[in-house]
Amino acid sequence: MVWDAETLVNGASFLGAGMAMGFGAIGAAVGEGLVAGYASSACAARSEKAGDIIKTMLIGQAVAESTAIFALVVAILLIFMDFQPTPIVAVALLGAGISMGFGAIGSGIGSGFPAAEACAGMARQPEMTGTLTNTMILGAAVCQSQGIYSLVVALILLFFDFADRALVPNAANLLAAGISVGLAAVGTGIGQGMIAGGAVQSIGRQPESVARTTGTMLVSQAVTETPSIFGLLVALILVFKVYPAETSIITMAAVIGAGFCQGLGGIGPGLGNGLAGVYTLQWVGRNEEATGVLTRTMIIGQAISQSTSIYAMVISLILIFII
Amino acid sequence: MEIAGADLVRAAALLGAGLAMGFGAIGPGVGEGYAAGRACEAIGRNPKEAGLLTRTMLVGQAVSESTGIYSLVIALLLIFVV
Repeated sequence: MVWDAETLVNGASFLGAGMAMGFGAIGAAVGEGLVAGYASSACAARSEKAGDIIKTMLIGQAVAESTAIFALVVAILLIFMDFQPTPIVAVALLGAGISMGFGAIGSGIGSGFPAAEACAGMARQPEMTGTLTNTMILGAAVCQSQGIYSLVVALILLFFDFADRALVPNAANLLAAGISVGLAAVGTGIGQGMIAGGAVQSIGRQPESVARTTGTMLVSQAVTETPSIFGLLVALILVFKVYPAETSIITMAAVIGAGFCQGLGGIGPGLGNGLAGVYTLQWVGRNEEATGVLTRTMIIGQAISQSTSIYAMVISLILIFII
Repeated sequence: MEIAGADLVRAAALLGAGLAMGFGAIGPGVGEGYAAGRACEAIGRNPKEAGLLTRTMLVGQAVSESTGIYSLVIALLLIFVV
């Protein structure tokens, strides 16, 4: 069976749109459901504040929704835009769908945690509503970064001109780029969200610790960002590295391997960094004198937890440059 | 596209290397992070024992790292030796 290029491009654009919206819908839905659940408990605990709690819930859910909106935009672009009828563009479209689809999962789920804790905190300490909402928005905003990396890679894959690249092996680059940035976003998005949730919970219980807790939250989220930056870095290397034409599948396999390696390699460290941070933040609020030693231990622990993402980076770069 | 047998084997090895290190990175990342988190929680409860708790955390994380190292070794074997 031999299909003409235009058929391939159309098929790929629809498949990519399906993946972008299908995967992209998961995270926001889970995160928003989490917020709604916590909001219900909070309203039950303190029903006279139900109005404020529901307002905070809706704000938190709106932030969680944003990467799903990015996924919707990418899906609509894929369905309705006209693309160059060359086979390599078909693979680029698949990569774009994978990139935005997976990239929205982590940010969506992650943004749910601070919003959920904000609603819970409002039931405990209604006078802290403003501070809790602000910290929630700050923490959730940092969580969106992975979705933005995925959107950037998806837009590059949609709009860049790949027509003059040899199909074999450069098609694999474009698919692997989407896998790399998309999968790495899953763990780090959830991890940063867990950290923000721990910070909001801590502020809800110990209102006087706002400054320390917010500072520690940002440090912790910054460390947790690293695996998703590796994912973005490998994706950009893959998009902009042009291989000469060849007929063997070896380079394609190496490149796909590199994409999976860096993408999957960001999941565990991202989640682990989130686990490290959430417990630290819960205790930074309770124990002011220990803030320094807690932050130092957390950073050491997070750095060790990232070690396998660094191994993954090494293997990915070997697969891209040395094979 | 005609795929030679030797090419297919090499391609499988390289793809396998990527999958090995990729999936292999998940477990130690989560496990070591959980260890770090609970260690920090323990330090929060008992800051005077920070030294002991940090050492315990590092020992536990080193054990958790072992499978990540196995994955790295297999990935390098698949790339360079096979």
